[in-house]
Amino acid sequence: MSEETKKMMYINRKAPYGTIYAWESLEVVLIGAAFEQDVSLAFMDDGVFQLTKGQDTKGIGMKNFSPTYSALGDYEVNKIYVEKESLEERGLTLDDLQHLVWEDEDEDYAEKDSIRLVSRAELADVLAGQDVLFNF
Amino acid sequence: MGTIEANGKTYETDEEGYLADLNSWDKDVADVMAKIDDCDLTDSHWEVINFLREYYEEYQIAPAVRVLTKAIGKKLGKDKGNSKYLYELFPYGPAKQACKYAGLPKPTGCV
Amino acid sequence: MAMLHLVNKSPYDACSLNTAATIMKKGDQLLLIEDGVYGAIKNGKAAGVLKGLNISVLGPDLAARGISKDKLLDGVSIIDYAGFVDLVEANDNVQSWL
Repeated sequence: MSEETKKMMYINRKAPYGTIYAWESLEVVLIGAAFEQDVSLAFMDDGVFQLTKGQDTKGIGMKNFSPTYSALGDYEVNKIYVEKESLEERGLTLDDLQHLVWEDEDEDYAEKDSIRLVSRAELADVLAGQDVLFNF
Repeated sequence: MGTIEANGKTYETDEEGYLADLNSWDKDVADVMAKIDDCDLTDSHWEVINFLREYYEEYQIAPAVRVLTKAIGKKLGKDKGNSKYLYELFPYGPAKQACKYAGLPKPTGCV
Repeated sequence: MAMLHLVNKSPYDACSLNTAATIMKKGDQLLLIEDGVYGAIKNGKAAGVLKGLNISVLGPDLAARGISKDKLLDGVSIIDYAGFVDLVEANDNVQSWL
């Protein structure tokens, strides 16, 4: 990585489908990935709902973009922070979320977990270490 | 909006020639789209087109060139997973041109 | 005079579920749609205000959000669009807590 690499974090705080924020964020992340920065994603507040597994939008006539989160590993976006307090408050556990992985080319495409469950205090430290924050 | 005729069927496209409806795609329209660009689709082209359709089916997006190149390399071998090979097949840009023939929307982030 | 109360916002993002739940009278019904369906998750903090209420959720909105039936409060009924129409018909008035 060059000296100009910036630590960029996308903070996702909205539920999917009810508003366009979740999909917009995902698109910006995918576009931004082309710039080869040090990208990470945070899911907190209602943003944790974006990652639930088993989403099926046939009945509401909207595009189901939840499979796209699995492509993030291909885009070398593999630091996905999920805030524990937000999950718990909403009656969810990590088991309710998609299992997101990335393949480590340096280790013969070994699959590694992308999601890191963090407390609010831990997330605060991660936020403090970023150069740029994008909010959705 | 425009239309393309292939084998007696009419397909709707957007202003840049991408299919309006992913589900209306078939091999006939891919062939006609390629002909418009003076390109004859070979098995090597089809390998990439089919790969893109599978990628879209799984992830609901058309991959960026960099991602496509890497994924092709993994699936079809290193000799195919490089820009030179892909640009020779699709001189207008592998993501843009191949996605068009595959009936996918223009890749996210592609201008 | 029975009323159907509609809530379409996540209870973690807006106060409309709380308002609806606390203003409802005996015999009224609550229907959760769109992001409102998150309010019916059994282990969620927001569910506390829903005890004893007559609650329905719109199935297609629930499915879109990947919330399965076993995660919902006991006694909540899942309805489809036709069921939505039936609820509107069965009540004297509809109040949307936008």
